Amino acid sequence: MATLSLSIDGMVCMHCTKRVQVALRRQPGVSRARVNLMENLAMIDYDPEQIGTKDLLGAVREEGFKPGPAKLRMAIKGLRCASCVTQVETALTRTPGVVSAALNVATSQVDIEYQPGEVSLHELGQAVADSGYELVPPVEASEESVDRHASEQEREYRGLMRKFWFAAIISIPVMFFSYPDFIPGLREWMPMGSDNRRIVWGLLGLVTLPVLAWSGSQFYTGMWAALKHRTANMHTLIASGITAAFVYSAVAVLFPQWFPTQALAEAFWDVSTVVVALVVLGMALEVKAKGKTSEAIKKLIGLQAKTARVIRDGNELDIPVEEVVVGDKVVVRPGDKIPVDGVVVSGSSSLDESMITGESIPVEKRPGDEVIGATINKTGSFTFEATRVGKDTALANIIRMVQDAQGSKAPIQRVVDQVAAYFVPTVMILGLLAFIVWYNVGPEPRIVFSIIVLVTTLIIACPCALGLATPTSLTVGIGKGAENGILIRSGDALQTAKRLNAIVLDKTGTITKGEPALTDVISRGQVAEDKLLALTAALEKGSEHPLGEAIVRGAEDRQLTLATAVDFAAIPGHGVYGRVDGHELLLGNQKLLQDRGIDSTDLTTDWERLAADGKTPMYVAIDGQAAGLIAVADTVKGDSVDAIKALKAMGLEVVMMTGDNERTANAIARRVGIERVLADVLPQEKAHEIKKLQLEGRVVAMVGDGINDAPALAQADVGMAIGTGTDVAIEASDITLIKGSLTGVVTAMQISRATMRNVYQNLFGAFIYNVLGVPVAMGVLYPFTGLLLSPLIAAAAMAFSSVTVVTNANRLRYFKPKGGAA
Amino acid sequence: MTPDRIIVTALVLALIVFIVWFFWMKKDKGTRASQTSTGHQEVMILVKGGYTPDVIVVEKDRPVRLNFRREETASCSEMVLLPDFEQSARLPAGETVAVEFVPREAGEFEFACQMGMIRGKLIVE
Repeated sequence: MATLSLSIDGMVCMHCTKRVQVALRRQPGVSRARVNLMENLAMIDYDPEQIGTKDLLGAVREEGFKPGPAKLRMAIKGLRCASCVTQVETALTRTPGVVSAALNVATSQVDIEYQPGEVSLHELGQAVADSGYELVPPVEASEESVDRHASEQEREYRGLMRKFWFAAIISIPVMFFSYPDFIPGLREWMPMGSDNRRIVWGLLGLVTLPVLAWSGSQFYTGMWAALKHRTANMHTLIASGITAAFVYSAVAVLFPQWFPTQALAEAFWDVSTVVVALVVLGMALEVKAKGKTSEAIKKLIGLQAKTARVIRDGNELDIPVEEVVVGDKVVVRPGDKIPVDGVVVSGSSSLDESMITGESIPVEKRPGDEVIGATINKTGSFTFEATRVGKDTALANIIRMVQDAQGSKAPIQRVVDQVAAYFVPTVMILGLLAFIVWYNVGPEPRIVFSIIVLVTTLIIACPCALGLATPTSLTVGIGKGAENGILIRSGDALQTAKRLNAIVLDKTGTITKGEPALTDVISRGQVAEDKLLALTAALEKGSEHPLGEAIVRGAEDRQLTLATAVDFAAIPGHGVYGRVDGHELLLGNQKLLQDRGIDSTDLTTDWERLAADGKTPMYVAIDGQAAGLIAVADTVKGDSVDAIKALKAMGLEVVMMTGDNERTANAIARRVGIERVLADVLPQEKAHEIKKLQLEGRVVAMVGDGINDAPALAQADVGMAIGTGTDVAIEASDITLIKGSLTGVVTAMQISRATMRNVYQNLFGAFIYNVLGVPVAMGVLYPFTGLLLSPLIAAAAMAFSSVTVVTNANRLRYFKPKGGAA
Repeated sequence: MTPDRIIVTALVLALIVFIVWFFWMKKDKGTRASQTSTGHQEVMILVKGGYTPDVIVVEKDRPVRLNFRREETASCSEMVLLPDFEQSARLPAGETVAVEFVPREAGEFEFACQMGMIRGKLIVE
């Protein structure tokens, strides 16, 4: 017997509850069903052997009501056959509280619909375990997957290093005995053409074999796998190079009579072993360095809280963060990490949000404010209601966006891809052409030179450096952005951001705070400024008008005590009227005073001056006398001026766009130092204005909020959305700035430029390396300078060229945003 | 020219012709995706030194599910990208990862690893 409590939407009357109750009781296996209209809850006692949660929900649905289940995606371990599917699904659906379970064999992931509060993750896991499998959290962005990824990398590194040491140790005697003519003693003991020399070289060949077979095994398996697809890669080049050297040496030792003179029958086993050792070492170092490129994402994932303290049935429970469901009340104490996203319901505190927004100043939180998971509570205690959990939290979204972006391609890479497709076969053909030339017209011993040139050419070419150049830099750059509260959606956005030459800033909410604040209090002299403000604020205390709120906040900031207003009345189109402390007060426009015969002409100059500054001035009259002016205005964000200066210094034309009238717009523009203003722009015209700028031949970025400005953001070459904490997954934008300030735009530009510079350095380096290295290896310099590369040098160059690329990309990790207020 | 020169030159030239033919003259009709009960066009792709199959034929406007299974640890193939569909996925070794999207246009679209060294083609009809 099990009990299920089901939340049901759409029940509005007693009659409805009756219908649900009857429908449920009619189901086989249901022994009791009570429906509570006030709580929208149905309590059902039933026998899980006879009826599943799904049928119960079905019965509710049939009556036209909506039960509200939650969804969960988990992975199943140990799944081997298609027949397991039904087993697992049945086991899950039999569990009380589970609505449905659908398993995808291919991905081993199961989608579970369940009744929140009814079933715990532990019970789900138990059900799956009973059917012989294991339920594990999905691979998506979980800490486990990163750990496993890291250990996979670590394993690969250690494996490669073992192979390297083996090849390196074997290389020492191989090198030593390969050049007996240069070593006194050895020269006499194994002279050219002697039996001693042939026997020693034969033995060397035998010890070389395991180096190729084990240390070099990945070259052969890699080559073979590629050949099956009729493609070629780095492994193809290395494998054919070392094989050519090995086969030649073997022929020279076994069949010296095939060569015209003894001197030609020379083995160079050392080429095979040393090349394997060096290239494997290069691969190991590359794996190590590549691990560092994804450091930023590891840091982000490490931010996730592990446990949460929630209130269930009146008790505070510490539960794993995965089990927190939407609607849970979560208790947070000083020093705690916020486990999931939510809204504060009681208490207050200040939170360190720097890990998410990049903003280092703690943020005050009061009831009604949003809190972001993974941020740290500093001072007070509070309770919040979970609104987003699991993969819906801001942090999970950020991680997913960063991972997606790191996997994306910059447009420049499409060019590189084209090159890569032809690269390896081209190098093979070049090597063979060089072989023909050296064999036909080269100096004696021709065969030796031809082979060496072929092997050197195959080995020096490094497609890896080309292939690694862009992705490694992008990974580091995009990760660096995330660390600074800047989410770059794709490599495309990053590359375009570098080409920008104009930037359009939305005024309200982007340059300015987007909410009015008190700016000026001017008294004619009869009443002190503070008194004037206190009286007006008292009058506006109950007001919900944003201008009124601004005045009240202004008075509170000056720590004025506010009395209570009586006889409050709003006069539409004019202002407000009321009595405070026995004074009769009027607040509004000139018309309000005129209508009552109050003279305010000597305030006109001040009024006009304030209005010209883009402020909203209001007249105040006390006891039938014009007393002064109070002005409110949308205020400029603290860092806007500096940020705009920095953007201009980067060579961008800064344009302000707003729906406000020209006077207000110009006033703000003057204050922040913007020359070009697009005022009176209707919301639907914003995208059109961007288009006009683009037609002027500009590459335009648009900075605005993600909702009202979405079409303009999409039209711009790069759309930057200013986020406010949790809504990070803003679809229309290419770049999202989590911290709502313009400094982020400057930092985003700096990151884009630094990253693209790094990409170009890498690409340039890799191209130049191959363009110079391959011809030199082919021996084009030999006729002029007698210079010919040794295959050993080629191997070292090849191994370190790709390491250099990754190391250069890693330099970006030390990027620090410059200037601005950050 | 001595006989050995002629023979070696001819052999190596033949090898070059073979390389050109082998790597660049391949034609592949591709593997057609199978239909699932959920209406997806589904293909299992083995990632090991390359994509098997590496040419996949699907129909336009119907959801596609590519199940990538990576059975190697070489870091080269750890990401698969379908830039034309704005899709990418990290492929942990030994696991199957599904990439789902709906092709809205007919044509030939490439998918490749992040370095572009191994690649496949999606033909949308």
